[in-house]
Amino acid sequence: MTNDALPKQPTYYEEVERKGYSRRDFMKFVSLMTAFIGLENTAIGQVAKALETKPRLPVIWLHFQECTCCSESFIRSSHPIVADILLDKISLDYTETLMAASGTQAEAALKNTMTKYKGQYILCVEGSVPTAADGVYCMIGGKTSMQILEEAAEGAAAIIAWGSCASNGCVQAAKPNPTSATPIHKLVKGKPIIKVPGCPPIGEVMAGVIVHYLTFGRIPELDRLGRPKAFYSKRVHDSCYRRPFYDAGLFVETFDDENAKKGYCLYKVGCKGPSTYNACGVMKWNNGTSYPIQSGHPCIGCSEENYWDNGRLYERASHFAGFGIEANADTLGKVALGVTAAALAGHAIATNIGKSKLIHEHQAEGRESEHELEQ
Amino acid sequence: MANKYLHIHRLRRVYVWELPVRFYHWLNALVIVVLIVTGFYIANPLALLSKQEASTQYTMGWFRYLHFAAAYLFFFNFLFRLYWGFVGNKYANWKQFIPTSQRFFKEMWTVFKIDILMLKKNGQPQDHLSVGHNAMAGFIYFLTFIAFLVQCLTGFGLYSSMASWWFPKLFAWVPALLGGDILTRQLHHWAMWFFILFAVIHVYLVFYHDYVEGRGEISSMGGGWKFIEEEVFEQHKHHTPNPEK
Ligand code: HEM
Ligand code: HEM
Ligand code: SF4
Repeated sequence: MTNDALPKQPTYYEEVERKGYSRRDFMKFVSLMTAFIGLENTAIGQVAKALETKPRLPVIWLHFQECTCCSESFIRSSHPIVADILLDKISLDYTETLMAASGTQAEAALKNTMTKYKGQYILCVEGSVPTAADGVYCMIGGKTSMQILEEAAEGAAAIIAWGSCASNGCVQAAKPNPTSATPIHKLVKGKPIIKVPGCPPIGEVMAGVIVHYLTFGRIPELDRLGRPKAFYSKRVHDSCYRRPFYDAGLFVETFDDENAKKGYCLYKVGCKGPSTYNACGVMKWNNGTSYPIQSGHPCIGCSEENYWDNGRLYERASHFAGFGIEANADTLGKVALGVTAAALAGHAIATNIGKSKLIHEHQAEGRESEHELEQ
Repeated sequence: MANKYLHIHRLRRVYVWELPVRFYHWLNALVIVVLIVTGFYIANPLALLSKQEASTQYTMGWFRYLHFAAAYLFFFNFLFRLYWGFVGNKYANWKQFIPTSQRFFKEMWTVFKIDILMLKKNGQPQDHLSVGHNAMAGFIYFLTFIAFLVQCLTGFGLYSSMASWWFPKLFAWVPALLGGDILTRQLHHWAMWFFILFAVIHVYLVFYHDYVEGRGEISSMGGGWKFIEEEVFEQHKHHTPNPEK
């Protein structure tokens, strides 16, 4: 903790070797990552070179209001090098959940990285920041998460908002959001912020974002909502293997029906795949084993903003509270239609009474003309 | 008989809805019905049973295809109507829709008194002349056009991520602004109810006007004509010569 000069950092490849991985393992990892971040295979060399020559990236990984599912997902990424090297090495600087140090030592490590690598380190944030009651809902080492974030963001080269909490608030920010849980991009201005939403995000996606930054020294291309395009430009629905059933109009009606056994599309039991941008259908989870839809569960849209408040998980229609009973848009619509029909019927009756004179005159006039005509 | 009071009117034929307006109207009505039906199906498809492989049918696919095809027609037809609001006759002009003057609000109030409250004057039911839209109707169509816009924005916004053509992609900012497709889709669904309610009230009112005014309201969207009583016509006539002659 005392040396002020920048210590010579080992490169990733040196770490890979030190951990006993073969060159072959390393190249497999590189090819995987290159594919994940959406590069052509000609870029494999570029990625390998970056990992061979660039010193490891100093990373601070903060945990605020979260459940650590993002970290869990990350260490279960399909390739062991992800956990072993990327996480082991990057988390070395500071991450409450996985670092060995604790208490004052940990705080000192954080401070150390922040001053030594000012302007160079990546700040990863897992969790949202509560802003209500001056931020007392989440305090670490006597500081509010807001203070910690501000200090750490100050010298960061870029910020990665891991998971839905940091990207859009997730469940803590669901109505009525008692702690005023706030996502990172609403608190930090003037820094490049990468949102990697998902509850949790896919481990390979997380690794891919870091590898991209390592290789190119800049953040990956983002979409309009600030998510890396390589992973969030397609809907789950677009890569879903049940899609042919959707197109054919064959749906699971209830979870225990014949259609569910046949593996039909889960649209009618609330699947949010058609509105959810993520790579689950392609990358899958737990070493590419499966993903929710493959195990018969509809997508709940966990990487979409406000998915907790935007309707129920197992229904397609969204509901309005406060109409006596909870009603969905179509029930309200039908009631409005009924009221309208009644009002129009009332109006029709009122017309015949109120304007009877006018109407009778027209009719008399018309009848008269009818009589006067020859045929 | 009340025949001695009977006054037989002479009617003047007025060309109100030009062919492009009529064409727009019926195409619009048709595609909106298609969009509502297919929209309902997309929102809540029927529980089909099939003994066949999924690959032999494309039910949902066809409904969506119809929805998108109708959506394009709807959009360009709408654009065309906006254009016609600048080049068409006075009854098609955009000024008929947007309250820009005191007179507009006054007329809305008059229409409200006559057609909704059914107030009488000296014990007589009142009549009101509106050759084109009355001010109230015009204003409702203005709101309708805003609903068209909302539906096009949310619809093409949702469509932008499935499309390969650049045009729908221009709308990608809509879901981004609303924070994602889930809410965009819900708005799109809720807005549909405006169209349903509008269509019901609109068709009723068209019949109502036809019935109490006797000026050929319903058929006006067919042939373009309305028929105005000679004396009413004279009251509203202005005497500047027709520039087209
Ligand atoms: C039986 C069916 C229908 C009839 C007889 C009918 C007739 C008419 C008539 C006579 C007008 C002009 C009168 C006025 O301005 O108040 C009109 C205008 C209009 N109608 Fe309909 N309509 C029908 C169905 C629909 C439907 C289903 C829609 C769409 C939901 C629709 C949308 C409109 C719109 C937007 C206008 C304004 C026209 C303009 O751009 O100037 N109509 N309709
Ligand atoms: C009168 C106009 C329209 C009505 C009433 C209407 C109605 C609907 C409804 C009810 C849905 C189902 C929403 C749900 O899942 O709850 C829907 C879906 C959709 N509509 Fe429309 N719509 C209209 C116009 C448009 C337009 C102009 C577009 C432009 C392309 C469009 C594109 C879409 C798309 C992309 C979907 C989602 C389909 C899917 O993901 O499978 N709609 N519409
Ligand atoms: S299961 Fe969900 S994501 Fe898959 S096709 Fe059906 S609606 Fe789309």
